[in-house]
Amino acid sequence: MATVTGQRAPGSQLGLLERLPWRKIILVVLSALILLVVVVGSYKTLTLPADERYTATTWKNFVTLGLAQGAIIALIALGYTLVYGILRMINFAHGEVFMFGAYTSFFFSDAWEQSGFLDSNPWLSMALLIVIAMIASMIVALLLERIAYRPLRNAPRLVPLITAIGASLFLSNTARGFFGAQSRGYGVPDVLSGSWTILGVEVNRIQLVVLITVIVAVVALSLFVSRTTTGKSMRAVAADSEIASLMGIKVDRVIVITFAIGGLLAGIAAVLFSITFESVSFSMGFRPGIAAFTAAVLGGIGSIYGAALGGVLLGLLQSVGPALVLTGYGIPSSFQLKDAFTFLVLVLVLIFRPGGLLGSGEAEKV
Amino acid sequence: MKNRKLLALFALLGALSLVAAACGSDDDGGGATSASGGGGASGAADCSDEFGCVEIAAGDPIQLASLLSITGDTASLGTDSNHGVELAIDYLDDAFDGTPGQLLGHDVTLQQEDDGCSAEGGQAGATALAANPDIVAVIGTSCSSAALGVADTILGDKGVLLFSPSNTNPGLTSEEAHQPFYARTAHNDKIQGAIVADFVFNKLKIDSAATINDESPYADGLAQAFRDNFEALGGTITDTEQVNSSDTDLGPVFTNIASTNPGVVYGPNFNPVCALSYSQGSDILAKGTVQIGSDGCLESSFLDTVGDPIADYDYYASSPDVTAYQGGDFYKNEYLPAYTDQFGKPTSVFNAHAYDATNVLFDAIESVAVDDGSGNLTISRTALRDAVFATSGYQGLTGTITCTPLGDCATDVTIGVFQYNNWPVEGGVDPTDPVFSETKTLADVI
Repeated sequence: MATVTGQRAPGSQLGLLERLPWRKIILVVLSALILLVVVVGSYKTLTLPADERYTATTWKNFVTLGLAQGAIIALIALGYTLVYGILRMINFAHGEVFMFGAYTSFFFSDAWEQSGFLDSNPWLSMALLIVIAMIASMIVALLLERIAYRPLRNAPRLVPLITAIGASLFLSNTARGFFGAQSRGYGVPDVLSGSWTILGVEVNRIQLVVLITVIVAVVALSLFVSRTTTGKSMRAVAADSEIASLMGIKVDRVIVITFAIGGLLAGIAAVLFSITFESVSFSMGFRPGIAAFTAAVLGGIGSIYGAALGGVLLGLLQSVGPALVLTGYGIPSSFQLKDAFTFLVLVLVLIFRPGGLLGSGEAEKV
Repeated sequence: MKNRKLLALFALLGALSLVAAACGSDDDGGGATSASGGGGASGAADCSDEFGCVEIAAGDPIQLASLLSITGDTASLGTDSNHGVELAIDYLDDAFDGTPGQLLGHDVTLQQEDDGCSAEGGQAGATALAANPDIVAVIGTSCSSAALGVADTILGDKGVLLFSPSNTNPGLTSEEAHQPFYARTAHNDKIQGAIVADFVFNKLKIDSAATINDESPYADGLAQAFRDNFEALGGTITDTEQVNSSDTDLGPVFTNIASTNPGVVYGPNFNPVCALSYSQGSDILAKGTVQIGSDGCLESSFLDTVGDPIADYDYYASSPDVTAYQGGDFYKNEYLPAYTDQFGKPTSVFNAHAYDATNVLFDAIESVAVDDGSGNLTISRTALRDAVFATSGYQGLTGTITCTPLGDCATDVTIGVFQYNNWPVEGGVDPTDPVFSETKTLADVI
């Protein structure tokens, strides 16, 4: 109904103010501000007076701590990402799968430490402990799949999610009932305490072992998924499970294998975590579980390299982040804010790349 | 049709459970009825105030309760204090024979609740106990976080006395925050912080320290007391760090602390943070750096987790000095053997404080309970509180007990510093004497 008096008709040209993409502008401005805070903070930290500055060794320590912690988280995150890729479901109980592996290996580690076997055959015991933890975690993961998730294969998305949370609580409290609420000390063989000097640089032994183990595991998994027939089936089911079943792939079998692999990786992570932090407890699965989930989302849920990248990034953020950015501002006890810092980064990444760093760039609905 | 039947069934169940709840809490209507006059300890009991009285019929037991940390990582702390209370009940017949005695012709029962060493646990436990009008008094809590603003208020609002054997946070007996029905036989941490500062500066002759504490009021208060007194002596605090009691990864925090080169790292936390600090911190700190924990660390769970002392890294923990207990002969020759006989080696040192608190309570009950002649007791809650707070010069196991109006009942406090692993708890290696011991009163400290 255009009139000559100049009243705008519905559906005609919007004014300049209404045409600007306000949401995007606000996001960009906010992100720029936060980036500014980070850069200024880092600059201030690096240009502190010489006696207050962190030495190169301290930085190296922060970085290696972050890498080691991040590597362990990456292993757990792989379990999340594999299950999500196949089932489009977040297995919140994966942290408890990890915990059971750790606790089971604890009993053997404790016994071997007391009998001296741990110190007389350290590499053999480590290998055996990892195998034991892998088996225990795998069993728990398979039981989860069979009892808690398979009946809900065709239920609306939210239902398996709630079941997963319930399963997580059930498992951690069962562990509490079985093993008691106290945390237990995990033995570390003597050969793994202290550091080696490689190329003149002092490297913490446990951290090096962790890094090497994780790299081997990730490469092995990636080769498995890309080169073997089972891996191909997994990729097919992840792409489209209906078509895959029409092509003759046993979808149920693939899902079971996925959970099993997730469990195996969690078992490895369990032993590495326990020797790094020298303790196990019934609630030890909760925080690494959340951290791993975050890492998987950060790196791109559904992608193997994404989970690995996310894990390492998360570890570095938690370790180097507060040291680099917040120390410059003179904030006392800056490590208290490490979680706030990490999740802020997560939110920022998701704003600009909803699918995660290595994801497709589009939002995935859980 | 089926849905409606299901709905009706649930509605019926709901109604039934409401009825059961209403009928179940039928008690003897203890409330605020005034007592008949008569030959009581001090005439008629005054039940007309807002808190009323506890009525105990002849043949019924005097119900005590404990709100201590009996599960989880700090279980050795609370279970040990419970044993102290149980021994006090045992000794009512003047003998540690395993059979409980009677107080004023009534049995004494102990209802044990868990304080969870957290505000949530303290709230849950205190609410459960406050709802029971037959509870005369509560021995608790173990951890200051369960008491401060939580259990002391919930129980205080109902006039139920909360007598703590191991809360040490200064805030609990401060002008601003003290609740009228709260008292403690444990020391005020201002004293512990001052004595440890003395140990570091004057005995170890180290003048730089860093502190690391968790989010609990206990750790925060104690670290602050240490810092204040250490700086007053002339020392420097190089770094202040805070962690969560649920953290397992202390690597980055210790890397940060190590970069400031402190001679001592003071970590007055609970387990497992104490144990993890020692094992993880020793991998990162420079050789020879001393770590010191506090009475929250001095528990057998630390010994379980850490095992043998770590070479080149000393660890100490401060705690009430059991060897200096004025209870002297009685403590060594009767109490301790009785404890070991019935419960094994003590897992913490606060059992003696719990024993003293219970006995002070018993004395107070004896002085204010009114017996109507046929064995029915009436105890005014306010009178009981006043009697406890009026305690003066009482010779307990842990020393002289004189209660101040703000609830601090430990006057002369002797704190000892014990080197790991010669700790006076289960798993500790003899000799378990402290390497340093000092006595101070509240007036001596900042």
